[in-house]
Amino acid sequence: MTKKNEIPANSKSSPLEKFGKANVIITVKNLVKKFGDFIANDHLNFEVYKGEIFGFLGANGAGKTTAIRILCGLSKPTSGELNIAGFDGYKDTEKIKKNIGYMSQKFSLYEDLTVVENIRFYGGIYGLSSKDIKERTQNLIEKLNLDEVKDKLIKDLPLGWRQKLAFSVAILHEPKIVFLDEPTGGVDPITRRQFWDMIYEAANNGITVFVTTHYMDEAEYCNRVSIMVDGKIAALDTPDGLMKTFDAKNMEEVFIKLARGANNNE
Amino acid sequence: MRTILFILQKEFTQIFRNKSMLPIMFVMPIVQLLVLSFAATFEMKNIKMHIVDLDKTPQSRAMISKFKGSKFYTIVNYSDAYKIAENDLKTNKADIILQIPQYFERDLTKEDKASVQLTINAINGSAAGLINAYTFSIIKEYNRNVLMEIYGQKLEMPVQTNTSFWFNPQLDYKTYMVPGILVLLVTIIGLFLSAMNVVREKEIGTIEQINVTPIHKYQFITGKLLPFWIIAMFELAFGLLIAKIIFSLPVLGNVGVVFTVASIYILAILGLGLFISTITNTQQQAMFIAWFFMVIFILMSGLFTPIDSMPDWAQKLNIINPIAYFIKVMRMVLLKGAGFADVLYQITALTVYAFVSLTLAVIMYKKKS
Repeated sequence: MTKKNEIPANSKSSPLEKFGKANVIITVKNLVKKFGDFIANDHLNFEVYKGEIFGFLGANGAGKTTAIRILCGLSKPTSGELNIAGFDGYKDTEKIKKNIGYMSQKFSLYEDLTVVENIRFYGGIYGLSSKDIKERTQNLIEKLNLDEVKDKLIKDLPLGWRQKLAFSVAILHEPKIVFLDEPTGGVDPITRRQFWDMIYEAANNGITVFVTTHYMDEAEYCNRVSIMVDGKIAALDTPDGLMKTFDAKNMEEVFIKLARGANNNE
Repeated sequence: MRTILFILQKEFTQIFRNKSMLPIMFVMPIVQLLVLSFAATFEMKNIKMHIVDLDKTPQSRAMISKFKGSKFYTIVNYSDAYKIAENDLKTNKADIILQIPQYFERDLTKEDKASVQLTINAINGSAAGLINAYTFSIIKEYNRNVLMEIYGQKLEMPVQTNTSFWFNPQLDYKTYMVPGILVLLVTIIGLFLSAMNVVREKEIGTIEQINVTPIHKYQFITGKLLPFWIIAMFELAFGLLIAKIIFSLPVLGNVGVVFTVASIYILAILGLGLFISTITNTQQQAMFIAWFFMVIFILMSGLFTPIDSMPDWAQKLNIINPIAYFIKVMRMVLLKGAGFADVLYQITALTVYAFVSLTLAVIMYKKKS
């Protein structure tokens, strides 16, 4: 499949050097989301810098999906401030939507449409011109080696291919930020690796990547990582920084040390 | 506008890729038209009669032959004991018992009057009423014959009734039913397709992906609605054609009126369906709610039972029954030749209905939870 199997060298450089505070693209201040008495997000505070890969980690039920849904404008926050791609998270949700892409853990392509039909549909509703749709479809099919299956229904494709395609469709309109909610769940290691190559490529093209994951090796691919425990952000730093702080050999140890104190662990 | 075209293209592709869709569109209407039109009738054609003739005289046989000669009656059994007849009634082998008592002929000739006994199964009240009326008119006919025999001349009744049946001179029940069944057809397809649609995207999860796009609510609803609107209009045309060919349905009025009202009516129904779809979370819930409305609307619509004989509150309730309006329009236009002016009230009501249901659907479709 794709030949670029190496992680780019700059992947582990400090985001503050490369991205800098001046280029903040997501600002979240005191974000709270309650469902009745249950506090899913408890005063979240963080910034995401333009072009970085921001890992959003946490155990099941820690509040990751709730937060990502708020950032995408799918869910209303209870309180707090939100600024995404320069737009207010309360008033300008529709403007935000033009500037973001989203790939959920629930499968997002239409299974009864073909590869080409899915690309055309999503390109169309994001307002791409027919010429752009045609060009980008062609590029995508070449890049993902989908030529033989381009007229096959999505339901006939293996999961790994679907996930890669779903990601490509999520960034088809060249958004400023792409939100990925557990994009590699249930995918084999090789495809996972290829998927991360695609994430790096997107980041190198200037797209900010906001990704939630369960896999701790993937956490190490991120520029910065935040770890949520019980609806709060328990730690936020570069993977190296976190390992140093928590005196851990790898991210898995960091995660276990942090998550051990959680109430909501499954 | 361009966005809507992309949604339309997607919806049509999905609808026609679904293999059960074409049979639903072509076979269902034909089956419904054929089965319902022939089966749903109030005419009594096979009244099963059990005769207990205890007299066995020329006069009693004359009365029996009247019933034998009627195309409405089938004599299922003769017996000499009322008990046997009663048993037939109980076991549904007979609908009516005619008992001619002993000395029927003697009483008739000597005392100028005699009585017979009728026992009718009245579990179905309206059918019993009809049987009663039919039977009475046959006995009345018999009476006239007896009088003629006695007085030997043709009797002239002082008041004569001449009935002429307007708008359905052959009293063909199908002529009355088919326009209503056509309404049923477009309603079923429109309501169910639309009610199941948005909720299906919720179940699969694709609605989330739509909701993170900058698509407008009205674009989404329009894109969902138009394909079903086109399909339902096509169904109506297809159904009308079949009705014309198979039942020689009279089309006295302007078909343009029918289609104009249909175009509004279908919007109202689709609005209702999409509304149901937006307030439910699973296809099962949507199905049950759609059925709930469907059954109430159909049974109250006047398709099977006349609205005029419903209680006052039920007639008032039909103000919110779109099916009742459209059935009325169909019957008026097709059978009576009514024009736009005659159905203005129904057009107005359906327009309001369509506006309200579509607005509700757009409002209740939330891109954000």
